[in-house]
Amino acid sequence: MDSVANIILYFVVAAIIVVFSIMTVTSRRILRSATYLLFVLIGTALFYFQLGYQFLGGVQIAVYAGGIMVLFVFSILLTRRPDEETARLESYRRRAGAFMALAGTVLLLLAIFYMPLVGGESLAGSIEAGQMITMQDIGHAMLGTDRFQYLLPFEAVSVLLLSCIIGGVVVARKR
Amino acid sequence: MDLNIFWYLVPSVIMFAAGVYGFITRKNMIAMLISLELILNSADLNFVVFNRYLFPGSMEGMIFTLFAIAIAAAETAIAISIIINIYREVGNSDVASVKQMRF
Repeated sequence: MDSVANIILYFVVAAIIVVFSIMTVTSRRILRSATYLLFVLIGTALFYFQLGYQFLGGVQIAVYAGGIMVLFVFSILLTRRPDEETARLESYRRRAGAFMALAGTVLLLLAIFYMPLVGGESLAGSIEAGQMITMQDIGHAMLGTDRFQYLLPFEAVSVLLLSCIIGGVVVARKR
Repeated sequence: MDLNIFWYLVPSVIMFAAGVYGFITRKNMIAMLISLELILNSADLNFVVFNRYLFPGSMEGMIFTLFAIAIAAAETAIAISIIINIYREVGNSDVASVKQMRF
């Protein structure tokens, strides 16, 4: 049985995610749509906190809400005027997009509700069933070489970030 | 009333569908990238929810999401640098104005 506070928090965060993700793709001012994306990302981080993954929620806020959003806002301000509205869409394009999105939603909801998912009837029960994930667990999982430990992907990500820095400088520099 | 797994999958589905809609209808490249972030984010949320409800004893979904967030950050940075470069070449950042790719 989940507590009332958890259920209320769920409804608030779910409403934030649904409303702002739709406003992100329908707003005609792109800076506003970036701001709505920020709310969606923070809502997702709140879901992570609620599900018991505190470190992941922190990473989500620091990397997405802190880093990527700054990149988006900078690039929007560099490439267009902030008050510039995008042109109205042709109706066939909007209809095609709405059709694809609705068809995808219906298919995915059907798939979800006919899927034989076992276990996990309540949030409190699932959190109790798993052990508390401490920072030590995450550190051991990131820097070990045994089964369920991920040193090689960790190092691959560090090489990826280095090549990303160099690539960003090479691509975006003035010639 | 219990919060079971479907409660978390439904907002994720709506986020994904909104991302697909934006990716199809937007013409500005940065707006398309924002829609792409929505899609990536819903996939991340699904990993974490499946990890919590179906396999509560392990933490592989969380680790995978951590790596996915790092890779998404790198991808966004590269994509934005490419968009800024295109803006410098052609003067706007619409997909329709990029007819050919050249270095």
